[in-house]
Amino acid sequence: MDTAFAQRRRRDLIVAGIFAVIAALVPLFVKDVYVQNIMVLTLMYAALSQSWNILSGYCGQISLGHALYFGLGAYTTALLFTKFGVLPWFGMLGGGLISAAIAMALGYPCFRLRGHYFVIATIVIAETALLLFQNWDWAGAALGIDIPVRGDSWLKFQFVRSKLPYFYFALALACVAWLVTWWLEDSKWGYWWRAVKDNPDAAESLGVVVFNSKMGAAAVSAFLTAIGGGFYAQFVSYIDPESVMGFQFSLLMALPAVLGGIGTLWGPVLGAVILIPLTELTRSFIGGSGRGVDLIVYGTLIVLISLARPEGLVGLFSPRRKEAAR
Amino acid sequence: MTAETIIQSLASGLLMGLLYGLIAVGLALIFGLMDVVNFAHGEFLMIAMYATFFLFAFFAIDPLLAAPLVAAALFVFGAAVYLLVVRFAVRAKANAGMVQIFSTFGLAIVMRGLAQYFFTPDYRSITHSWLGGKTISVAGIFLPVPQLFGALTAIAAFVALYFFINRTDFGRALEATREDAGAVALVGIDKNRVFALGWGLGAALVGLAGAIMAIFFYVYPDVGASFALIAYVTVALGGFGSVFGAFAGGIIVGLVEATTALILPPSLKSVGIYAVYLLVVFIRPRGLFGSL
Repeated sequence: MDTAFAQRRRRDLIVAGIFAVIAALVPLFVKDVYVQNIMVLTLMYAALSQSWNILSGYCGQISLGHALYFGLGAYTTALLFTKFGVLPWFGMLGGGLISAAIAMALGYPCFRLRGHYFVIATIVIAETALLLFQNWDWAGAALGIDIPVRGDSWLKFQFVRSKLPYFYFALALACVAWLVTWWLEDSKWGYWWRAVKDNPDAAESLGVVVFNSKMGAAAVSAFLTAIGGGFYAQFVSYIDPESVMGFQFSLLMALPAVLGGIGTLWGPVLGAVILIPLTELTRSFIGGSGRGVDLIVYGTLIVLISLARPEGLVGLFSPRRKEAAR
Repeated sequence: MTAETIIQSLASGLLMGLLYGLIAVGLALIFGLMDVVNFAHGEFLMIAMYATFFLFAFFAIDPLLAAPLVAAALFVFGAAVYLLVVRFAVRAKANAGMVQIFSTFGLAIVMRGLAQYFFTPDYRSITHSWLGGKTISVAGIFLPVPQLFGALTAIAAFVALYFFINRTDFGRALEATREDAGAVALVGIDKNRVFALGWGLGAALVGLAGAIMAIFFYVYPDVGASFALIAYVTVALGGFGSVFGAFAGGIIVGLVEATTALILPPSLKSVGIYAVYLLVVFIRPRGLFGSL
């Protein structure tokens, strides 16, 4: 019905394909391990922020507790691998399913809450889980889990000699998260979510099952976030509650989308590409002499963006469409 | 567990709860005034604690004497934050809710970064203050003097705030603006001025709390983060925007925390607070005394 929209979607898909191919070729030229490490983190945060964006951006349910799902993914993968020898592939999948189930179980009471009551509930739940994991002896308590090296292969999803396989997995994850968002944008769910975000009461009266559509968004979002958590556990091979379930992760997942554009397809990718290298570079160049500079840089960035460009940086790339929308 | 230990910990829980109320009331006041949650509230507390610490360390000013100075400084700071940041955030057309959350969150991150940069992440404490480390015994219950003083200050602040809001012209302007910010403009009240003074007042109250906290608690860049979540829970528990709710919420949070610490390991004492918050809002989604 909307040919301009269909055209835009086709163009988005082609552009994404080109970006993915270019990204895949970058390691052929960039051999520096430090830079490769930043690229892995950038792709991971692009994927995480894209997942966060599904619930918080498209559906409008601002979660500042996504560290819970990230941590659950990391812990499920690490615990299954170290305690039972289950391959990380199944661990990640299991973590994703557990997280999706928990997201729905928590959504059942939480989605009745509105505005700030909901936001604070998400923070409180993630903090509670953090405290419980810090006191759970079987799962390593506050000390966490050291993941032993048992191989150097795709089967075991552990790579000792090169970081490249992690890079390609992170790239694949970012592509999957992007594609899921792209597909959902034009699905029944996508339209429901935007209606729920704009005006839940009006959406309800038009026959949108508001509650179910929030649950759907939460499940998809939590599933993808947990896969990212499982990946992270394998990538850093050591996890503890604070480093995978701490509040800063919830914030770090949200910030790329905020910077790039909340509730947009390209916002999280653009935000991650700017924010993560910037943070990592300030941390290593200035960070040694004065701690906290990285915080100052990206805090300032967030304040400026939210005041000057609330629609995010993607707005810069489509001035005409923005005018038309007014 | 004897009856004595239970009474003892409930008493200290009550004192701490009143102080939580004082920390949180500024948040409730600002929310009630303009529906904005200040996510940098914990960092306001942090700079108040640092200010108190430095006044003590450099000028040997006792926290009791520093408290009014710190509150006044925070008043100016809060009004400035409104005029420089929040005033623009509430004008946002796109993503209004997000802009409010993330502009103050960004501010919080910057403040924490600046504190780390200038003050280093070291833990600092005020060693010899007039009240620090003293306890008194009331009917066989030992009460730490700084917390007792904090609790009494909190009660006094709530009483003063009640009269201020209900009996003074500015208080009435505050109430009128929260009812209908558009209509007050018609009777010649400058909305921005009222909001700026509201932010100043809210910040001054958390400044007062910070000065007292600095007597018995470590001062470090992330100290605000530990208390901010408790403050949000306190305010939401009482109902956003209700000043009385913050008072009641603080008392509940303090008592629940003390009770949890009796039953569970100390590292889990916050779990009780969080559980009570979730229970309350699941049953009553607008908090105990909030209106929709």
